[in-house]
Amino acid sequence: MATFKDFRNSIKPNWCPGCGDFSVQAAIQRAAANAGLTPENLAVVSGIGCSGRISGYIKSYGFHGIHGRSLPIAQGVKMANRDLTVIASGGDGDGFAIGMGHTVHAIRRNIDVTYIVMDNQIYGLTKGQTSPRSDVGFKTKSTPEGSVESSIGIMELALTAGATFVAQSFSTDLKDLVAIIEAGISHKGFSLINVFSPCVTYNKVNTYDWFKEHLVALDSIEGYDPQNRSLAMTTLMEHKGLVKGIIYQDKEKPSYQDLAHGYSKDALALQDLNLGEDTFKQLAAEFM
Amino acid sequence: MIEQLSWKVGGQQGEGIDSTGEIFAMALNRLGYYLYSYRHFSSRIKGGHTNNKIRVSTYQTRAVSDDLDILIAFDQETIDVNLHELRDGGVVIGDAKFNPVIPEGSNARLFAVPFTELATELGTSLMKNMVAIGATSAVLGLAPESYQEVVEEIFSRKGAKVVEKNMEAIKKGSEYFQGIAGKIDGFQLNEADGRKRMFMIGNDAIALGFLAGGVRFMPAYPITPASEIMEYLIKKLPKFGGTVIQTEDEIAACTMAIGANYAGVRTITSSAGPGLSLMMESIGLSGMTEVPLVVVDTQRGGPSTGLPTKQEQSDLMAMIYGTHGEIPKVVMAPSTAEEAFYDAVESLNIAEEYQCPVILLTDLQLSLGKQSVEPLDYSRVEIRRGTLDLNAQLPDSDDKDGYFKRYQVTENGVSPRVVPGMKNGIHHVTGVEHDEYGKPSEVATNRQKQMDKRLSKLKSLKFDTPVVKNAPHEEADILLVGFNSTRGVIEEAMPRLEEQGIKVNHAHIRLLHPFPATEFKELADRAKKIVVVENNATGQLASIIKLNTGNHEKISSILKYDGNPFLPSEVTAKAKELV
Ligand SMILES: Cc1ncc(C[n+]2csc(CCOP(=O)(O)OP(=O)(O)O)c2C)c(N)n1
Ligand code: SF4
Repeated sequence: MATFKDFRNSIKPNWCPGCGDFSVQAAIQRAAANAGLTPENLAVVSGIGCSGRISGYIKSYGFHGIHGRSLPIAQGVKMANRDLTVIASGGDGDGFAIGMGHTVHAIRRNIDVTYIVMDNQIYGLTKGQTSPRSDVGFKTKSTPEGSVESSIGIMELALTAGATFVAQSFSTDLKDLVAIIEAGISHKGFSLINVFSPCVTYNKVNTYDWFKEHLVALDSIEGYDPQNRSLAMTTLMEHKGLVKGIIYQDKEKPSYQDLAHGYSKDALALQDLNLGEDTFKQLAAEFM
Repeated sequence: MIEQLSWKVGGQQGEGIDSTGEIFAMALNRLGYYLYSYRHFSSRIKGGHTNNKIRVSTYQTRAVSDDLDILIAFDQETIDVNLHELRDGGVVIGDAKFNPVIPEGSNARLFAVPFTELATELGTSLMKNMVAIGATSAVLGLAPESYQEVVEEIFSRKGAKVVEKNMEAIKKGSEYFQGIAGKIDGFQLNEADGRKRMFMIGNDAIALGFLAGGVRFMPAYPITPASEIMEYLIKKLPKFGGTVIQTEDEIAACTMAIGANYAGVRTITSSAGPGLSLMMESIGLSGMTEVPLVVVDTQRGGPSTGLPTKQEQSDLMAMIYGTHGEIPKVVMAPSTAEEAFYDAVESLNIAEEYQCPVILLTDLQLSLGKQSVEPLDYSRVEIRRGTLDLNAQLPDSDDKDGYFKRYQVTENGVSPRVVPGMKNGIHHVTGVEHDEYGKPSEVATNRQKQMDKRLSKLKSLKFDTPVVKNAPHEEADILLVGFNSTRGVIEEAMPRLEEQGIKVNHAHIRLLHPFPATEFKELADRAKKIVVVENNATGQLASIIKLNTGNHEKISSILKYDGNPFLPSEVTAKAKELV
């Protein structure tokens, strides 16, 4: 059995001291070990941003792609080899600005990938511009007078896009975060996990203390039922999206791989590629 | 008796014009004639003039013919738009329903046949195209029975009655025509060789090549003129455990293909200019991360949305030089449907052997032109995966993290390749400059080593017939050069020029990048003039030839960018002027 140490490597993250992303990395490593994975059967695909570096800091197959495209790459990996556990990850700019199209479609497609977003409500790597998750009025390098665009209610959006697993967490809540990632990994289908991961350098508003003050744990809400989609929606709206825990899970819906007509039950990557002369002749004869 | 003839059917889009041409051509293909067709269509589904021009011959032709022998018209617009193509004494058969007329002074022979009325009498006006086919066969002197097999195949699903009715419609058309026109001389083809050939569009050949070459996954976004590749694989891949995903856009298609290739499945995507523009950043990622990738670009009229349903060859600069930074990339350009099949297979091998992106470039005329194809030889289908061995037992690594040297600097630049799931194969993949383990590195010496490694890979590229040569002359007056579908038109212009005493050699470039300078130079040295024939406005291939081989003073261009394929007469006339 692999332990979380087996998912570590010697590369020192280039994140600022105190960055929320450190805990997300640790949580993924722990969740992977708890889920019984081995490093060679885990693929972590990430986008570009401070957070995007994460695939290099976990010992597993890792793919650090291009800005906003971690999801299509991750879905390609999973389609090629359904025996792998595939985690996609990146920042809120990566996933909800440049990559938003892919996010919505990955949600509705429901390929079995666990998507972990490190949401710091700002662009870290490019030194502090507004993000689609920035609050109205938030002053950044690119919005010196305060952002006038609405923040995306990403959890609500995921619900309307047909998500089968939607969760939110906070980077310092290591235990909860590990449990949620584990649940996401074992979920059959696409799981979206938005993790508030403070940027200590460029976001002086949405700080650790700010989140501690504002986040409401779903398990503290009486009668909350993550199988109830409309309850999930109203709860999110009541709390302006500032909740943590598993917001919604549909345990019944089969994943894309299980629904795709004809798609192999075994890893596609390991199949014999030769058609054979007879099959080829039949295919060719269809054009005669 | 004649050796070749051109037939065109036209009418409003959505009226069954395509199927009329399809049935006519399929039947003649079965008889062993060579077929070559080109469809004129627009970006709309119903309405708007459409036509299908089909060339029938007893020998292989791959060009749209200069003129037309027979025009079948379902409306007056078809006659107005196409009559100028008709040869002297050509035949026009129009549906009596619209009272077809030809301008005074035209020496075309016009016949009105009640296509719609005869079909309606038989039960449904839908069969008017069968009546038209019947009238055509009367002109050609073909027995209506020649269509039996094809009609059965197409309509047997709907029952024997429908087959019978359709055959009846063909007979009615034939009889009616003979009744009003008798036998017309000059339209009877010599007997064909009776050999079985495939009848397919270039995109079919490519899709079949991919399937035979081991493709099991395709993410793609629909676009003209590429969609048929996707449509074929949607039908076939599930039978082999694979699947097609229609993605949200071409960026997703290309990056998903990269993810799947990285994980070990032969995965391709296809698109046209607008889609390729969106894919450029991802193609660079494939180059930098050395993940194999094959992308088909079916060129159409650009720029922007341009002429989406028309012929053009204006993407080649973008395919060769597109994407930022410097990567190894291969751009292949098949010139016939047969080549498209074998090249599709080979593109997969090259992408895996050299671990780089490969662009399989075609153009609309090749991708959509339906043509007779000699039987394809499965024994030529080879699957070579380069340094990838999925069953390899990898030794423990000496790296402190146990990482695998996925980007090991080797003599030919090609590194060992592993895929996720393999024990002891863990490494990092990143579009950031990296060391031999894939770990990010900005160290100058490492940067240089990795750049040199990547860019050196194609120095050892082995490519079968990068230039198709037909060079009978030791010293030619003119070397005609083209790529993709202009092969046929150049082949047809050649003998015409020779007849006028001009010595012509022909070079068709099948490997656009890396440019086969040595092969080309040899031919260039043996020609007084080099004339590059291309469907674009700026002479892109000519520029590439100059860049790679010099010869500036010898090179001139024949360009066409009005959306239509070259005709043999155009190339002949312009080439003659340039000698
Ligand atoms: C196509 C493209 N455009 C722009 C960039 C520059 N860029 C890199 S990361 C980034 C945004 C980072 O923000 P986020 O995704 O929120 O991640 P964070 O750095 O905050 O973790 C941008 C704009 C790029 N790499 N590629
Ligand atoms: S800039 Fe912000 S997001 Fe980036 S590493 Fe520093 S703290 Fe983290």
